[in-house]
Amino acid sequence: MGLEAIPHTFLTGRLEDLVRWARRRSVFPATFGLACCALEMMATGAAHYDLARWGMEVFRASPRQADLMIVAGRVSQKMAPVLRQVYDQMVEPKWVISMGVCASTGGMFNNYALVQGVDQVVPVDVYVPGCPPGPETLLSGILTLHEMIRTDELMARRRASAHGGAGVHVPQLDGQPEPARPTVTVPSGA
Amino acid sequence: MTDPAAPEVRETVHETGGSPAPPDDEVAAALADRFTGAVVTRSHGQTVVWVDRARLAEVARHLRDTEQFTTCVDVCAVDHLLDAARAVPAGVGPERFEVVANFLSHPRNRRIRVIVQVPEADPVVPSLTGTFPGVAFAEREVFDLFGIRFDGHPDLTRILMPDDWEGHPLRKDAPPARIPVTFKAAGGPR
Repeated sequence: MGLEAIPHTFLTGRLEDLVRWARRRSVFPATFGLACCALEMMATGAAHYDLARWGMEVFRASPRQADLMIVAGRVSQKMAPVLRQVYDQMVEPKWVISMGVCASTGGMFNNYALVQGVDQVVPVDVYVPGCPPGPETLLSGILTLHEMIRTDELMARRRASAHGGAGVHVPQLDGQPEPARPTVTVPSGA
Repeated sequence: MTDPAAPEVRETVHETGGSPAPPDDEVAAALADRFTGAVVTRSHGQTVVWVDRARLAEVARHLRDTEQFTTCVDVCAVDHLLDAARAVPAGVGPERFEVVANFLSHPRNRRIRVIVQVPEADPVVPSLTGTFPGVAFAEREVFDLFGIRFDGHPDLTRILMPDDWEGHPLRKDAPPARIPVTFKAAGGPR
């Protein structure tokens, strides 16, 4: 992330560790609560499951000031270009968490109005399953993202993935059933 | 929201087309008086007025000005493509679409419904925005999802689907727009 041009020595290695430590300790989420998952995201930021423990209680309204876009809720066909524009306005380094099943795959709504998964619009780093995922599962997703930033596993996964996002699925921790693995029968390119 | 003037009569409109209005329903009597050719029935404890679509705006204005139905709760539509053989009251010529307007009177504490038949070949209905400005969005929704135009609407554009969407999703002959995804754990048609 911007440090690759410097010749890699012990000192720059430590510098990169420092930069990654700083980045994961001050992730500012952008407000992108679209539907019901937004309430669980608010609950995660509220007193009981406090996001401020990780410095994330400031949800930036301006994407220019945000690092993380938590897509919380259904993305309609009409909202998709808006979402892409907000994502484009965020400054690198930026990450995306797809919160809930509607953002991950379209959820229970397989219809004309909704985009079937926000990864059709932006590259997703962490998928958090649930309808809605409770604060514990969302926190597990956020902390997984932090850990991947710390160890630089995030960039490795991004380089290896087809669509530019790390694409990690976290387990469902709220007692909801784990999402089944889909077999997509749509021919590729459709 | 039971009408104090009449006892509760529960029967399905689908089987009989509605039962006749009770003799002491003064609103129904005034409507039948003023609008010749209007059919008034009762359905699930509410009065239903079936009029010719050309007179819809007039009926709405009469209900607001004379009968104190000051709130238009909703304007919606029904596509009867698949049940064209449905029962309608005597004197009503069934068409493919119905536009249904629901009104509420706070002083009288009762509701009333106005139903007009809309043919598929000429899906135009007078707009109620002149009398009830608040139904502008409801009529846009009907236009977006059914393709029924409202004459005199100030801004008849799509409201749910993107502006360049083709087709009207809630028509019965619109494609379901589902991507065929099979989940191993589930054992249903999807």
